[in-house]
Amino acid sequence: MPNEELNAISIVFLVVQSRATSSSSSRVTAQLELKAPPYPLDALEPYMSQKTLEFHWGKHHRGYVDNLNKQIAGTDLDGLTLEEIVVKSYNNGSPLPLSTMPPRHGAPIWNHDFLWTSIKPGGGGKPSGLLLELIERDFGSVDALLSEFKQAALTQFGSGWAWLGYRAGKLVVEKTANAVNPLVSDYTPLLVVDVWEHAYYLDYQNRRPDFVSTFIEKLISWDAVSARLDEAIAASKSA
Amino acid sequence: MAFCALVSKKALGSALRSGAADLGSGLCQIRRLQTFSLPDLSYDYGALEPAISGEIMKIHHQKHHQAYITNYNKALEQLDEAIQKGDTSKVVGLQSAIKFNGGGHINHSIFWKNLAPTNEGGGEPPKGALGWAIDADFGSFEALVQKMSSEGAALQGSGWVWLALDKELKKVRIETTANQDPLVTKGLHLVPLLGIDVWEHAYYLQYKNVRPDYLKNIWKVINWKHASDAFDGEAA
Repeated sequence: MPNEELNAISIVFLVVQSRATSSSSSRVTAQLELKAPPYPLDALEPYMSQKTLEFHWGKHHRGYVDNLNKQIAGTDLDGLTLEEIVVKSYNNGSPLPLSTMPPRHGAPIWNHDFLWTSIKPGGGGKPSGLLLELIERDFGSVDALLSEFKQAALTQFGSGWAWLGYRAGKLVVEKTANAVNPLVSDYTPLLVVDVWEHAYYLDYQNRRPDFVSTFIEKLISWDAVSARLDEAIAASKSA
Repeated sequence: MAFCALVSKKALGSALRSGAADLGSGLCQIRRLQTFSLPDLSYDYGALEPAISGEIMKIHHQKHHQAYITNYNKALEQLDEAIQKGDTSKVVGLQSAIKFNGGGHINHSIFWKNLAPTNEGGGEPPKGALGWAIDADFGSFEALVQKMSSEGAALQGSGWVWLALDKELKKVRIETTANQDPLVTKGLHLVPLLGIDVWEHAYYLQYKNVRPDYLKNIWKVINWKHASDAFDGEAA
């Protein structure tokens, strides 16, 4: 079930005129765009450095977008939305077996888009409103939720992500490996933290616990999480 | 005949403290739980420059490898206790921490021996039996290097790329493992000759996202002598 996300990738269609010898139908090449974070790259200092964003967004995230565009051009995935690509090329929870080329799916792109909009300058603080109510209902307290979220982030051995999600009316904490994302799972994501080493190594080196604590205390955009929760609830009512 | 059950050091200690009865004369075995400590490198942290920076080597050894050992020891203690208590649920629950941290200890212990400064033979291609095996199974040394680099670059997420000796087939081949899975998880008949860590912590401070550059440069400090010795030891 594709997720109706406000931050869907906008697709620019380039229509390429066919050569003289081929039929009159034109070939459409979809070009997924690299969306910029909604703040300047130095805006998250000192908690997440500009240098980290220059590499994480400017190299890793950009690389995923460029590679996917190359891989899907002219294929059955060409012209689909990012969410459709992720769902269609899902490989049973594994982005790809090892020792093969990067996957033909958009999950790393989707995860990173979701990441940049999960955080903001001046983030942190506490959730409020309906989100706070559900947190207290499903975890007992905000501290209990954050403790579980941090645990998930720290026990994701290797590369991966920790999520706050909404499943069947309940808030849940989940973790995924490598590039796996929840679009093909049974929960709607509300918040994510990237625990691939490239997400924190320049600023924190091996100190993933420090990174995750700082992420929680200084970066999380609870507004974004609340907005996504409202959407998820609305979507489940109209489903 | 005095019967003495195997007791752990901890249980024995508490039994003695509480004035328990005689546990049998002289036949008591204290099962010590073996724990592990960080092996030293046989070269300075900066000795592999410019291929691998001293900063990376120091953090990699003192922080990452040490953390695997610390957590492995902790998991072993918990496992020991769980076994004593017959807590099967806990025993099974500890397996992933043991595999991850124990694997991390195994893999990094091999890795440090797989590296050597260039003025101590680092980078010199293997001669002798391993050299011939590489030629036979890959065509040439250059072909092996190229293939291993490309498999290392293509590995998704975190893991290792290995040059392995297949003891059954008596051939050398390339394998990859995910996260900290040791090579034996791909087959008990596989012997690691050379392992290259492609976790981001192994190169990020120096090479950033460009893992292929790290893989291009690491060959200058690969200790082929150690790989050859491992090969000779097994293939004999």
